[in-house]
Amino acid sequence: MTIGQKLLQINWVFVLLICLTASVGFLMLYSASNGRMDPWATRQIIRFFIGLTLMLIVAIVDIRVWLKYAYVIYFIAIGLLLVVEFGGIIGMGAQRWINFGIFNLQPSEIMKVAIILAIARYFYARRLEYVNSFIHISMPLVLIIFPALLILRQPDLGTTILLVATGLTMLFLVGVKLWFFAVGLVFSIIACYPIWNFVLLDYQKSRLLTFFDPGRDPLGAGYHILQSKIALGSGGIFGKGFLKGSQSHLSFLPEKHTDFIFTMLAEELGLIGGLALIFLYLLMLIYAFAISVRCRNHFGRLICMGVSISFFLNIFVNISMVMGILPIVGMPLPLISYGGSAMMTLMFSFGLLLCAFVHRDTHISPGDSEGRYI
Amino acid sequence: MFRDNERHKTLSRRSLFLFGGQIALLSGLVGRMYYLQVVESEKFKTLADENRISYRIIAPKRGRILDRYGRLMAINKLNYRVMMVPENVNDLKQILEKLTRIIDLSRYDLLRLKRDIKRYRSFTPILLKENLEWDKIAKIEVNTEQLEGIFIDVGEQRFYPSGSAVAAVCGYVSQVTDQQKKTDPLFSIPGFKVGKSGMEKFYDIALRGKSGSKQIEVNAFGRQIRELEKREGEEGKDVWLTIDLELQKYVSQRLARESASCVVMDIHKGDLLALVSTPSFDPNAFNRGLTKSEWQKILNNSRNPLNNKAISGQYAPGSTFKMVVALAALEKGIISNRSNYFCTGSLELGDSIFHCWKKNGHGKMNMISAIAQSCDVYFYEVAKRLGIDAISSMARRLGLGQIFNIELSGEAKGLMPTREWKKKNKNSSWQQGETLLAGIGQGLILATPLQLAVMTSRIVNGGKAVTPRLTKGISLNKSDLDSSNNSKLGNFKNIGINITNLDLVKKSMSFVTNSPQGTAFRARIIDPKYRFGGKTGTVQVRRISAEEREIGVKKNKDLEWHERDHALFVGYAPLSNPRYVVSVVVEHGGGGSTVAAPLARDILLKVQKTTKS
Repeated sequence: MTIGQKLLQINWVFVLLICLTASVGFLMLYSASNGRMDPWATRQIIRFFIGLTLMLIVAIVDIRVWLKYAYVIYFIAIGLLLVVEFGGIIGMGAQRWINFGIFNLQPSEIMKVAIILAIARYFYARRLEYVNSFIHISMPLVLIIFPALLILRQPDLGTTILLVATGLTMLFLVGVKLWFFAVGLVFSIIACYPIWNFVLLDYQKSRLLTFFDPGRDPLGAGYHILQSKIALGSGGIFGKGFLKGSQSHLSFLPEKHTDFIFTMLAEELGLIGGLALIFLYLLMLIYAFAISVRCRNHFGRLICMGVSISFFLNIFVNISMVMGILPIVGMPLPLISYGGSAMMTLMFSFGLLLCAFVHRDTHISPGDSEGRYI
Repeated sequence: MFRDNERHKTLSRRSLFLFGGQIALLSGLVGRMYYLQVVESEKFKTLADENRISYRIIAPKRGRILDRYGRLMAINKLNYRVMMVPENVNDLKQILEKLTRIIDLSRYDLLRLKRDIKRYRSFTPILLKENLEWDKIAKIEVNTEQLEGIFIDVGEQRFYPSGSAVAAVCGYVSQVTDQQKKTDPLFSIPGFKVGKSGMEKFYDIALRGKSGSKQIEVNAFGRQIRELEKREGEEGKDVWLTIDLELQKYVSQRLARESASCVVMDIHKGDLLALVSTPSFDPNAFNRGLTKSEWQKILNNSRNPLNNKAISGQYAPGSTFKMVVALAALEKGIISNRSNYFCTGSLELGDSIFHCWKKNGHGKMNMISAIAQSCDVYFYEVAKRLGIDAISSMARRLGLGQIFNIELSGEAKGLMPTREWKKKNKNSSWQQGETLLAGIGQGLILATPLQLAVMTSRIVNGGKAVTPRLTKGISLNKSDLDSSNNSKLGNFKNIGINITNLDLVKKSMSFVTNSPQGTAFRARIIDPKYRFGGKTGTVQVRRISAEEREIGVKKNKDLEWHERDHALFVGYAPLSNPRYVVSVVVEHGGGGSTVAAPLARDILLKVQKTTKS
């Protein structure tokens, strides 16, 4: 197919949904800056357009290229994580970024996409009966756990959980038997004890404890949860009106342009507004599912579901967090929260999704991976 | 292909399952939203309203510390502070750059800022720098538009007008420790200070007062939009001390170049008119914050500026102890005012030789001349006949070997050994030679300058068990004070010593300064209105070997500072109707008569001349 033909093949409805959702984000950022385009809305719009371009480029690149370079991308991501481990810039007490001068790169975000590519590549030609052998479970686990540990050390509990969840869900998708997950569950419950004592930092422990009892630290870790619920709940059905979210604007709600942006939306636009956004997300998820079903090659299906899961988990964790259902783990709301790295990697992953769609009828030969381990 | 179908089916099934899961979970979210925004909506609307109304603690005004005449020893003065709310600062580097053009931010300030930013919530105001001059504040206020996230706060700051002269008594205030912060919401006010030593610490609660509060409409930046309601707190109460600030400053100055301490006491009421320890430290320095090197310098100063030597310094009393021995002997009937002993310059006891400071001896001595000339041999003889237990017993009755629980911490107990004490603590029996040493106030005996002042007071006030006190009263205004003052006058019990004996000892003390053979004659006051009496003391701190005695004992001026004798003096005035006592200890000062007595003279002169009724 030519580039022109490919562009036509892109699912433009999906792209439209992305743009609509992002626009909601721009509106919210406008409100968060008290009715100004600066400093957030303008920058986000610019980033979005760059991301959009990136997405389209990724979509028209032949899917087999992504297949071929899946591991390369994965190892580059690992490399960047190691760079962060040993010498990133310090921002907010957590070492997560690499400073490239005009922009900051967050390797953990790149990892979120890389893991999808890596696992999809690992399993795209694997026979079903081989999927459950020891080596074919442990290798992907290593692929998941190694970066997860690096990210956990940063410390970034939220992205770690997301990474592991995405990876495990993909394992579920390829056909790993259910008993494995049951065993895994038991094992992770047992692992809680050493993790609590040796891995988690004080503020992370504090967040977990405060989650179970927000009253424990109303001016500390419990503050965000309580403020979020107050702001959200006080929005009622119709909200207080655009730009009139008193909690957000009087700054009782911290991080209103990032983690708690949904709260501000719900405060200003009420239940109606919240439902509208969730509905937009739902449409996107439906399309993602539909695209995955439509794909004729296994690699594409895996990519689609992987992206869909990652996207969903992101949304679910953020909204649950601001409503007090999950502990605060610092996860932005995709397409809405202000943030460069997250936006870029999200658009990249959408690009992969669209790429799978564009190449839905492409046959991918197993290549040289039939019967071998890698 | 077959295997592709199987795989495909599995994938499809599971994908569908996951998709279903996504829908289910989203519905859950919707349900939760419904709950929060519809079911519980009213509750949250109310909470949202309350949020806008914030509770602000108003720091109470700290009470002052005043001297007995109401002169200011510790006061509050305005303190302008630069505060930062990190959440409102977009570009920290830029803001700091702009700020450093106006005010001085040291490396330490910046480090502390970084640490505080990490430590506290982003909406909590952090203290950047305090005690700024007005012109710097004005510049910041003018540039407030460019300095987002920065605001000026006005607080109060503790100030000690007399500086290091009052440090030993007042102590100092400093910031609350992180541990303490959790105990009281008042402590979370940035920069809140509490008393750390001295009277600031002892009366911290009374000085602090009670915090007030106000309800204001506010945003979480800390910016007040309007005040809704205010509840007044209570100002801290003023603490009036018995100290005479003029005298305290005078004594500090007089002792400034030494490592010394001094106590001036009212013998009838027990009021401490001056309590000085040198070298001291400037309590105002703690307000601006000491650098690490400044603090180290204080800690490493071998003359211990942080130590209040007047109450914690334990020294052998030396010859100032002789009055105790004399009184004990008089009471027991071992000597009378006519008893004589002959001083040849030394006394043999068994294999040991005990020397008198006068190498060739004083000749025939009675009690009065023995005290006036400070003859050691006389007192060896008396002590030998008395025994250590009798000496210790009298010492205790006169106030030695005990603490008085005055309002400063760190009082040392001193030591008045007995036979039983030695058995219990040193596991050996008392040697008679030690009794002889006790007779001249050396050996194991230890006393603080405060105890020496009490001892002297009890001797010259007619044998009343006076105890020292530092507080005159606590109140918000002077009228309360006057009425309560008189009731505080202690009626001290009589110790039970024969008044004739007391008068005799007092007489001998008057000869020390006013008779030509007295050891302190050269320090006497000539004006009969102000004449004083007392006793010198020179305490050896090193061993003198037999060889050195042969050659000739080295003079103090030829020795290293830390090898020199301590110089002591206890005195009282006026001679005819005593009212004041002074005790002075100059560490390694040399001779009691050459160094300590002149100091005591100046101090007693000053107190007599300046004291109002």
